[in-house]
Amino acid sequence: MSAGADAIAAPATAQRKQSGRLLTALLLAPSALWFFVLLILPLAVVLIYSVGVRAPAGGYQAAFTFDNYLNLPARWTAFKNTLTLAPLGTLICLLAGYPLAYFLAVKSSARWRVLLLILVIVPFWTSFLIRTYAWIFILGGRGIPALLDSIGIPDVRLINTPFAVMCGIVYAYLPLMVFPIYVSLEKLDKRLLEASEDLGAGPFATFRQITLPLSAPGIITGCMLVFILLMGEYLIPQMLGGGKVFFIGNALVDLFLQSLNWPYGSAVAMALVAIMLVTVSLYLRATAATGGRRDASLI
Amino acid sequence: MDRKDFIKQLRRYQKGSISRRHFLGVTGLGTATAVLAASMPHLMTSRRAYAQDLGDQVNLTTWPDYHNPQNFEAFTEATGVKINVTVFGSNEEMFAKLKAGGTGWDVLVPTNYTIETYVGEDMFEPLDTAQLPNYNPEFYTDPRFTEPGTISGKTYAVHKNWGTTGYVINSAKVTDKPTSWKEFWDLTNTKYQGRTMVHDYQLTTIGNALKYFGYSFNSNDEKELAEAEKLLIDSKPNLFAINSDYKPSLINGDAYMSVCWTGDGKQLQKTDPAFQYILGKEGGEIWADFYAVPKGAPHRSAAYALIDFLLEPKANALEVEFHGYPVADKRVIDLLPKEIINDPILYPAAELLAPLEFGAAATLTNPARAEIMARFKSA
Repeated sequence: MSAGADAIAAPATAQRKQSGRLLTALLLAPSALWFFVLLILPLAVVLIYSVGVRAPAGGYQAAFTFDNYLNLPARWTAFKNTLTLAPLGTLICLLAGYPLAYFLAVKSSARWRVLLLILVIVPFWTSFLIRTYAWIFILGGRGIPALLDSIGIPDVRLINTPFAVMCGIVYAYLPLMVFPIYVSLEKLDKRLLEASEDLGAGPFATFRQITLPLSAPGIITGCMLVFILLMGEYLIPQMLGGGKVFFIGNALVDLFLQSLNWPYGSAVAMALVAIMLVTVSLYLRATAATGGRRDASLI
Repeated sequence: MDRKDFIKQLRRYQKGSISRRHFLGVTGLGTATAVLAASMPHLMTSRRAYAQDLGDQVNLTTWPDYHNPQNFEAFTEATGVKINVTVFGSNEEMFAKLKAGGTGWDVLVPTNYTIETYVGEDMFEPLDTAQLPNYNPEFYTDPRFTEPGTISGKTYAVHKNWGTTGYVINSAKVTDKPTSWKEFWDLTNTKYQGRTMVHDYQLTTIGNALKYFGYSFNSNDEKELAEAEKLLIDSKPNLFAINSDYKPSLINGDAYMSVCWTGDGKQLQKTDPAFQYILGKEGGEIWADFYAVPKGAPHRSAAYALIDFLLEPKANALEVEFHGYPVADKRVIDLLPKEIINDPILYPAAELLAPLEFGAAATLTNPARAEIMARFKSA
């Protein structure tokens, strides 16, 4: 009897499974198409271009050569600057963003929290370009330096320095760090903190052993978001660094738009993709051990 | 057609349910305009082309602050054609965009040394100068301003205006009276460290570093370029910025000196008379911009109408008063106020003009120069 019921149920389950699979495929199709058309296909074009040569009047001419890759050391400074700036910028964002996220999630009262969160978001309502322009005036000769001059500290130059670039970067990317950390801290079970205290742990030990590990997923997500975007940063060094600080993004713009050396530009772009893949996977592997394993897939 | 009927057609046209051509046809206005234009040539010269259907828009690709908005309004009023303006920061970007295709551009403003490249890539159409009655090379002061537009006997581009590349100083801060490129670089590296800007453009930045040694602005000689590169890299810590958008920093008082184009020099001086424009006595760059029509321009007749409209002497004089660059058309010069013609920024003395060189296509596309620029910027 039961065997017969099983025999009847089996095809139904199989059918349901099959239609479930079809549904999954249908639901995935748009995003798969999106990724294929807007990510895989362009990447393939870049890959093909990267083994070509520059046409005499600029642009791409079909060829098969690795010269563009062998020539990569000519942009060594750009790679070096990017690989210094991106981790440093991420670290500063983390150091500045964590206390803010902690305050928002743990210390602020529920009444104020919404307002404070809105204050973090509000700058996004204004164009990023305009906000960066505002920094030009704040750091420029008639901004902070003029203020310092009036209180007796003359000839301070801030604009077009690495400091200005870092200010712009921390300002622009801070919310991307704050929100993921805020989300993971908000879920934090406050009873764990009380338990830790009851068991005799000081505030520092509690933070190190309870709060920090539990907010690790947020830290990892925030760092990934900031780091990946920083690797391709172009605008901030251009506008606040006066074109004197040269990153891969700037090198790419020059190669594609000024010297019209698309194949070499493609090789530089491929190198950037390779570096990102390696650093990001190393980072994920290293942080997986610290408890971020489950939620690392958040990104 | 009675009045009611006419109003009905007009409403239909305004709503967009019939085309301009249809409207002009059924109302007879098209014919009337054409007849009127033909019978009153003196009154209507600049509008001769407009009796035909021009469409409702034209896409103009040009440089920032380069046209008098008054002229645009007048053109739209006279023709009903709306002008969509796109501006670029460099000839390379403009070329790259057009080469990538699908731009829909109708009129382009390329600089002398790029025209050869565009034509070589078959991207410009030979101009039908019969459709540009206001264009007449006989009236130009110097054949050098029209020559780059003509390639193997065919006219691909017509002269718009010309200019020079010198440098600007804020004389309230820079009290020395520099007259040469040598002084420009020496002051940058001594008295005014961190106060000088150079263009983010290899042609002018490397060209004017070459001028320090008295070499040609267009030099592609390896040894000479190496010397220029050394000067650039040694000077880099003393530069305020490498940026072609130099006016804001100069006005803001952050920068005291910058490599500068004629019109920017003029506009800066209008803002503050302390700004002085200087042509290095060793020479430097002289250039000319042109109007051209890309192959496959979607609004071709409107493109010709717009070019002709802007070349009409009165309109062109308004252009000059706005952008501050000199023109070569004698008919326009005659209409310009004395202070413009005698302005040493716009019309420099002959002895300063003589050593200036036109940038060459080979200079611009030299890969060695592109690499020098990259090394300079990343140093």
